[in-house]
Amino acid sequence: MKRLISLTALSIALGCGAADAQYTDGTIKIGVMNDMSGTYSDLSGQGSVVAARMAAEDFGAARKGMKVEIIGADHQNKPDVGSNVVRTWLDVDKVDVIVDVPTSSVALAVNEIVRDKNKVFLVSGAAASDLTGPACTPNTVHWTYDTWALANGTGKAIVKTGGDTWYFLTANYAFGLALERDTAAVVVKNGGKVLGQVRHPFPGTDFSSFLLQAQASKAKIIGLANAGSDTINSIKQAAEFGITSGGQNLAALLAFITDVHALGLRTAQGLIMTEAWYWDLNDNNRNFTKRFAPQYKGIHPTMVHAGVYSAVTHYLKAVEALKSDADGKAIVAKMKEMPTDDTLFGKGTVRADGRKIHPMYLFEVKKPAESKGAWDYYKVRATIPENEAFRPLAEGGCPLVKS
Amino acid sequence: MFEVLGVSSQALFGQLLIGLINGSFYALLSLGLAVIFGMLNIINFAHGAQYMLGAFVAIFLLQYLGLGYWWALVIAPLVVGATGVVVERLFLRWLYQLDHLYGLLLTFGLALMMEGTFRNFFGSSGLPYSVPPSLTGGQNLGFMFLPNYRAWVVVASLTVCLATWFVIERTKLGAYLRAATENPTLVRAFGINVPRMITLTYGFGVALAALAGVMAAPIYNVSPQMGSNLIIVVFAVVVIGGMGSILGAIVTGFGLGLIEGLTKVFFPEASNTVIFVVMAIVLLIRPAGLFGRST
Repeated sequence: MKRLISLTALSIALGCGAADAQYTDGTIKIGVMNDMSGTYSDLSGQGSVVAARMAAEDFGAARKGMKVEIIGADHQNKPDVGSNVVRTWLDVDKVDVIVDVPTSSVALAVNEIVRDKNKVFLVSGAAASDLTGPACTPNTVHWTYDTWALANGTGKAIVKTGGDTWYFLTANYAFGLALERDTAAVVVKNGGKVLGQVRHPFPGTDFSSFLLQAQASKAKIIGLANAGSDTINSIKQAAEFGITSGGQNLAALLAFITDVHALGLRTAQGLIMTEAWYWDLNDNNRNFTKRFAPQYKGIHPTMVHAGVYSAVTHYLKAVEALKSDADGKAIVAKMKEMPTDDTLFGKGTVRADGRKIHPMYLFEVKKPAESKGAWDYYKVRATIPENEAFRPLAEGGCPLVKS
Repeated sequence: MFEVLGVSSQALFGQLLIGLINGSFYALLSLGLAVIFGMLNIINFAHGAQYMLGAFVAIFLLQYLGLGYWWALVIAPLVVGATGVVVERLFLRWLYQLDHLYGLLLTFGLALMMEGTFRNFFGSSGLPYSVPPSLTGGQNLGFMFLPNYRAWVVVASLTVCLATWFVIERTKLGAYLRAATENPTLVRAFGINVPRMITLTYGFGVALAALAGVMAAPIYNVSPQMGSNLIIVVFAVVVIGGMGSILGAIVTGFGLGLIEGLTKVFFPEASNTVIFVVMAIVLLIRPAGLFGRST
């Protein structure tokens, strides 16, 4: 009973504070949808809900009289499941913004629904660069990274150090195909050659047969255009079949710190990968990690979690400036107009096509001897400045960009 | 050197061998399922979770007790088998008289609970486990590099499969077992403790799953969902082989591994569907499965 009274008191207090702003049904409702149970659930999952909650707390939403509610759902990496959740959220539960959504096939489906309902879509987990290319919408912001940035970072670095013939092992859905396409373009542009590709079903378990095909191609570099446990299994089995010791090298085109943790440094050492964020880069990131990890089974935040934090922060700023969360298009326009600034990603901008711009980093996985312990995995090989990190605005084919 | 549809014989042999290796996992897992279904009439949907449990027990043994792969190969099946015995005593024995559906629902629920619990504590990315030092490296066969560990998997799986088949089909113990499934009352009249025999059979089937889990730990990603990725395929194998047929499970396990391996060369995109296409065709032509007896 006591609890009920205090809850009522709280809602009255919040209600008074929000009286001057126009929030649909009085609440800003943030829906975090991602893979909560499958292969991508460590790199996004419940951790993204934690990150969104931290963003709302740090923003001081309650103090400013904004009532923010955060809910989560599992899309099981299936576009149909994801579409249903989002429709229910937008139509019935009055959710104002959809956040995260790894698995590009799901993200592309959600992208359309959010545009139709004029809400906001903040993508952190999904990779396909189509989201700011042909599929761009005035309601979507693609925050953390994309396939073009990954290809540009890892692909370029490898071709320049002599890895000029490639064979791709590709997850056969929107994300894998986009990553393969973007990387192949980078390889060719930098004077390399693509010898072939094999597309495996997603998710897979045994990659040895695909790896043998890659081995037979005699390519110097086997590009892994997959993610999560598919990448982990590919790397593990490549080591087993003597592919790496036979002179061919692997390029993990998308790998997260959680994947390195699962592989162990003995297998993962020396891998080169492109990421937007690493927990041990500076004090701000380390402080965030100290607060985040205890709320998420000790797992250290990935760039996807950090991206959710940063994106939600900027969204709340835009809503605060507009004093309304009703018109998705207007909010995204405001987000593009205001420069971004938060503790994790620093200063940046959101481009006309919805692409968030910030530097990317080329990391190399440490040798076991170099690591001080669990989660101390990366050393920085290069920083890719923000004006080179993402696809030039004119090349994306986004209809929102007037040439 | 000859070519088949643009694929060199070299690549083809390699793929066939890999198909055989994958087939040995299918065979080992579907064997456990077939034993349980054949003897208990229970469709054990928890089999994938029990396979996952085996792999995790191997990791725990290494982390907390410092016991390596070979110990795990013995201890993990015993431990997981013991949990199977508990499950049988507590839950399954109440279901033998009921429709298959109840056993299926119960074991499916157990599987979800086990996976959920492990995901909660260990996350979904999984944990690393290395190939034992005595089995690292490999042989260059000319047409491919065969890791020693994979060769061991094929040999071990074949041995276990054949031994199980022999015990059940050719020994007195196996004869009791088969008789007990046909007519438990009569077998009891001969002074044989049928309930205990059934309990131990379930424990054995579960132990087989755990054994497969330990063997998979060094080569596949050990994660809570490793079993659910495989279990559907394994069920298809059992259905194709004929529900409850031991020999059927073994032969189709290896056979489908080969078919899948070939698909990975000629049409990789379809490699996870091909088994179900085969299943549909077999069910159309022989509804009881390749080795099943129609009742």
